[in-house]
Amino acid sequence: MTFIWAFLIAGTFCAIGQMILDNTKLTPGHVTSLFTVLGSILAFFGIYDKLIDLAGGGATSIISNFGYMLYTAALEGYENMGILGVFSEMLTKSSTAIVGSIIFAAIFALIFKPKD
Amino acid sequence: MNKDEYQKLVKKYEPKENKFQNVIYAFLIGGLVGFIAEGIIVLLMNFFDLSRLDAGAWTCLIIIFTASLFTALGFFDNWMTKSKAGLLIPTTGFAHSVTSSALDYKKEGLITGLGSNFFKLAGSVILYGILSAFILVIVRVIIGG
Repeated sequence: MTFIWAFLIAGTFCAIGQMILDNTKLTPGHVTSLFTVLGSILAFFGIYDKLIDLAGGGATSIISNFGYMLYTAALEGYENMGILGVFSEMLTKSSTAIVGSIIFAAIFALIFKPKD
Repeated sequence: MNKDEYQKLVKKYEPKENKFQNVIYAFLIGGLVGFIAEGIIVLLMNFFDLSRLDAGAWTCLIIIFTASLFTALGFFDNWMTKSKAGLLIPTTGFAHSVTSSALDYKKEGLITGLGSNFFKLAGSVILYGILSAFILVIVRVIIGG
């Protein structure tokens, strides 16, 4: 059942993104930023937790999960050590994605030549 | 030929962008990415005895690795255009933007090219993600006490 929800939820997010791209003048850069912010807003209202319970990888593989991880990590940081925790722990969960993309992008950019 | 007729003629030969088809494409491909991600999570949990959280983190890395590699090999740009938002909204879009800007600006030097343009596209995701999360946590703290 998780597999079906993974397909439906990831698909729905992408379909909404495509509708925004087709019907407004926003660029892909706008849309990805918008979905990241949407992720932290959904996390704020406790909706994203439910999406992850329901869809598993379908919810954690989209860019909104980045906003969700930032929000939840910052909130946990606040609970652990107050306002300083918001600053020191916000990136703990999303570190995997950020460091991963930096390392892989840097290595591949150095090895490969751009094709046009 | 008056203006109205001309407009009609222009409309007739304008390439028709099928919005409905675009949305269906985005839905199917995005859904497929979510489906595969869930599949990798389940595989990792069963074969390597990982917790769901660890398996999710590994899956995230695998997706980013694949998207970066495919971008560097040169055929992912084509996939991105064909799949509409289907590969943009998943983490693949983020990895693709970092790798493609790194590749494109490499020729301008390691510091002034690759280094300073690395987050050209992904920077706004990180900036607005952190900004919105920060504001929302502050709001939550003020409301929730």
